[in-house]
Amino acid sequence: MFLFLSLALFPHLLQQSDIMFPKGTKRKFSDSGEDPVCSGVQGPSASSAAARTLSSSYSLQRQSLLDMSLIKLQLCHMLVEPNLCRSVLIANTVRQIQEEMTQDGTWQIMTQALAAAQCPADRLVATEVLCRQTDAAAQAGQSPKPFSVSDLEEGYHSEEVVMDGDVETEVTMSSLSPVSPQLSSASYLAGPFGVAPCWEEEEEEGDCEEDEEEDSEECVSEGEEGEQDHLRADSRTGEQVFGTFEIKHPAPPPDPALEELFSDVDPSYYDLDTVLTGMQSTPKMGPYDLLESLSSHGPTALSSTSSCRSDLNELDHIMEIIVGS
Amino acid sequence: VPVLRPMDLMVEASPRRVFANAHTYHINSISVNSDHETYLSADDLRINLWHLEITDRSFSILLPANMEELTEVITAAEFHPDQCNTFVYSSSKGTIRLCDMRASALCDQHTKMFEEPEDPNNRSFFSEIISSISDVKFSHSGRYMMTRDYLSVKIWDLNMETRPVETYQLLTVLFYQVHEYLRSKLCSLYENDCIFDKFECCWNGNDRDYRQDVTFEASRENSKPRSVLKPRKISTGGKRKKDEISVDSLDFNKKILHTAWHPLDNIIAVATTNNLYIFQDKLN
Repeated sequence: MFLFLSLALFPHLLQQSDIMFPKGTKRKFSDSGEDPVCSGVQGPSASSAAARTLSSSYSLQRQSLLDMSLIKLQLCHMLVEPNLCRSVLIANTVRQIQEEMTQDGTWQIMTQALAAAQCPADRLVATEVLCRQTDAAAQAGQSPKPFSVSDLEEGYHSEEVVMDGDVETEVTMSSLSPVSPQLSSASYLAGPFGVAPCWEEEEEEGDCEEDEEEDSEECVSEGEEGEQDHLRADSRTGEQVFGTFEIKHPAPPPDPALEELFSDVDPSYYDLDTVLTGMQSTPKMGPYDLLESLSSHGPTALSSTSSCRSDLNELDHIMEIIVGS
Repeated sequence: VPVLRPMDLMVEASPRRVFANAHTYHINSISVNSDHETYLSADDLRINLWHLEITDRSFSILLPANMEELTEVITAAEFHPDQCNTFVYSSSKGTIRLCDMRASALCDQHTKMFEEPEDPNNRSFFSEIISSISDVKFSHSGRYMMTRDYLSVKIWDLNMETRPVETYQLLTVLFYQVHEYLRSKLCSLYENDCIFDKFECCWNGNDRDYRQDVTFEASRENSKPRSVLKPRKISTGGKRKKDEISVDSLDFNKKILHTAWHPLDNIIAVATTNNLYIFQDKLN
């Protein structure tokens, strides 16, 4: 599931839309009558120092373009025909903007400003997801992920209590981390309870199912995906973004190991899940998946620190009911 | 009592063979080989080689890359008209790769790569998107290739990889001349997704003088059958001459995405969403 924002969180985009898309009216900010963002503007890579002080209109346009692109990426799975090529091109555009903004320092300013704001994490997640793909491009010294997301993650490490007894409970605690499943690497989750291979499979299943409201077979395990296990932690980001475009196939025969794992799951989980998340009923979701969806299907994909803590208490309470006796 | 009612002959298409389950992304190209025994099919990330008679098995001659580093997809592919081991595929980054299947089973090492260096003066955030190649076609002789990106058509010489032999930098369409005005419209076209439209190109039957004979897709529809189409100029702004069409009146939702040229005669087929048009030289 994309953790990007809904349009409501980009109000400035709507106001600026008439700047970006004059729809036939004369554009004011460039001499040749052409939109500087659209054509022939090199941005801060130009040599002179004067060029480094960007005109505010260029910054605004660039920001609008970034916002629009993120929205497009978010909504692309709602298209009639999801288009991988289009999404790759949009993602490349976002990356390009991000690189330029990183070069002129605007990126850090924006992320810091957002960190101070009310619901920062969604946009941060959006940029985080895309930043992870630019790790190769980001030079040493640049930190494309200076987000409070990682702070949150560290903050919650203390919550990850290795408990005796139920594997379920252990999983509970780490799953309650506000960091989305996509951001926490499989190896991180495998650590506390050492069931790495199983966890990867389950998480894959769960993620695939929770990611899409509509039924989907993104987790049809392609041969090559299985071979890339060592890249699992990072490659899943790319798969999250682009994996939704695979054409649906008939579901593969269910993995007997998974069947076994889920066989003792109480069916009452599903009802609780439906009630809490408002999702369509998903075929099979274990308790791990339920918790993941609880943490990531809320009104905002990642809540701020304070609201997460209250969520934790609620989830604690719910877990008591589920795990129960 | 059942009554026999004569009806017009109905033609119904039914598949003769179905080659299934080899693609997980949208298929963008099919190309029959010159050996008339095999063909290739390409989707965004993979190219498969098939035998025409065998429907349940294919060989992947190009495999998906690591999804994490996915920045480029396959947009079109075609076999060489004469050399049955050579094919070409284009990418969303504006590159064309020529591959020889004899070199290795997996053709991720290309024999030649064709790419035009980016013009730094024209760089924008949309540069990559408009450089994405939507169609690639060999000339009938096999000596040249034609590629279509968003704003231009380029003719490449297979012996020269560094730049195209010819570039038609205009968005020239079948019956309209449109100039570089579209560059300034790119923001709008990005917003309404028209920038992702994929246009085709095709060669004339004898491709001898390709300058005149190359056909371009049309981006405007025409209404009446058998009406004579006149080329009309698009004015970019300022004064508009009498017969010209103004830039802003163009409706980008009306577009023609598929075209084919008769291999022998000057007859062109043009397809819109629901309609097929056939155009031919005006008979004197």
